[in-house]
Amino acid sequence: MRVLIMAKEGEQGESATPPTPEAMADYQKFNDELVKAGVVLEAGRLYPSLQGKRLRFDGKKRTVIDGPFAETKELVAGYWLWQVRSIDEALEWLKRAPYDGGTFEIREVVEYEGM
Amino acid sequence: MRSSSTRACEGALAIGPRRGDASTGPNRRETAATEAHRAIEAIWRIESARLIAGLARVVGDIGTAEELAQDALVAALEQWPAEGVPDRPGAWLMGTAKHRAVDLIRRRKTLERKHEEIGRDVERAMESMDLDTAIDHEVGDDLLSLIFMACHPVLSKDARVALTLRVLGGLTTEEIARAFLVPVSTIAQRIVRAKRTLAEAHVRFEVPSGAERVARLASVLEVIYLIFNEGYSATAGNDWVRPALCEEALRLGRILAELVPTEPEVHGVVALMEIQASRLGARVGPSGEPVLLFDQDRARWDRLLIRRGLAALERAERLGGALGPYALQAAIAACHARATIASETDWSRIVALYDAVAQLAPSPVVELNRAVAVGMAFGPAAALEIVDALVHEPTLKSYHLLPAVRGDLLRKLGRSEEARAEFERGASLTENVPERELLLRRAAECAAERMAG
Repeated sequence: MRVLIMAKEGEQGESATPPTPEAMADYQKFNDELVKAGVVLEAGRLYPSLQGKRLRFDGKKRTVIDGPFAETKELVAGYWLWQVRSIDEALEWLKRAPYDGGTFEIREVVEYEGM
Repeated sequence: MRSSSTRACEGALAIGPRRGDASTGPNRRETAATEAHRAIEAIWRIESARLIAGLARVVGDIGTAEELAQDALVAALEQWPAEGVPDRPGAWLMGTAKHRAVDLIRRRKTLERKHEEIGRDVERAMESMDLDTAIDHEVGDDLLSLIFMACHPVLSKDARVALTLRVLGGLTTEEIARAFLVPVSTIAQRIVRAKRTLAEAHVRFEVPSGAERVARLASVLEVIYLIFNEGYSATAGNDWVRPALCEEALRLGRILAELVPTEPEVHGVVALMEIQASRLGARVGPSGEPVLLFDQDRARWDRLLIRRGLAALERAERLGGALGPYALQAAIAACHARATIASETDWSRIVALYDAVAQLAPSPVVELNRAVAVGMAFGPAAALEIVDALVHEPTLKSYHLLPAVRGDLLRKLGRSEEARAEFERGASLTENVPERELLLRRAAECAAERMAG
């Protein structure tokens, strides 16, 4: 199955200061391990929500909301697409990630609809 | 004793939730023990290949390495539900297996005095085996050696496939049997025999070099692609595709591509699988019937896999492997992937690529595929000429796609009655139910066209 991992890093993910070189190296090492295990399909980091936009739909009306967004704890700072055999496997991989804060969400991607 | 414990742990693994099974959704009242079991199953999937590879390096054979790894798994199943999953489960499993290995070697030593020296060497190797090293650093070479061993040409194709899924994919015998729709005992026997054959042939646990490496790598790629194909075009049963097998093969391919990044054909086979897998969702209709390439809704093709496939193909070509057999097939698949609508397909390029395949590895099946491409590029009459030359080909005697292709060409030429007969013959030759139904539908359409015409 394919899962989407959303990194909700809280304040840290929203700050404009880039992660320390050590943190980047740790992340890189972890990501390499995932790639070598054939798990990573895609990975990406997002700029802080300051540069983001939201579009709210209400019937025919469209409202544009400029960043930064208030609910910092829920904001996605990065994502992964993983190929795993179960949510449990994704969970076990994620537990090994070198993070000391934030919440990471694992969601299964719908595939092969109608199969 | 060992065998009973092995069976016990396989049973435990088989209980785990299966994808797509709606009844196994999250159960809030799940006990801690069940949770631990699920964690163990997931950890096993992550760690088993590295574990078996690390142990095989020390003990020299897959059979013993796998038994030791299974014993460590049984220990985890006994201890973790009560004590909790350790912080570094991989290191825990390796440490436990290592202790068992030392015990086993001691026992062997007592039994076989003459092997004392070997035993001592092995024990010394085990004692000095630093856990971090075993798990983090040399794991690449160990894994590669394990892949080469499981795919050794001394084994039959079936045995290679089963052993690979078992020791590298971490699948249970039951899961492999289910995937291939054969009795569990058949797979169990196949694996036991494969291990015995490897031991009897004194196959060394190593990464081969030179000319041997080329031949052995070809055997590895063949196994991976066989697994993929069994999932992609199920040869028997009620499913037209079994995506789980495709996913296993892709995973193995992606791992191999990282282990031997300079081998162009590895990227070639990965490219081929990624691009073909991009169509998995589109090649099955609402009631499970096959949808052929030209009838597929291309919006449903998986762009991510196409992108990955094209990148892998580029890697193969950059490494000078554009004319490798898998890279060529991937290049053909890429022609389809690049065409957003079927009519934009670059058929003359596909014909040229098939010409190259036919030069490299001429076969009646390649010729049949080339005929299809010629039909699209230059019209059905030119293609029918090629196909007619294949009609008496003994290897295609029971190949359902020959009459299927011929029927298609005859139909385009307005020869509906002959086309109908070909589709019916094709239907009688396939054991795959949805595919048979598709061919019978085509036959009925021809009959209707004839009535109308």
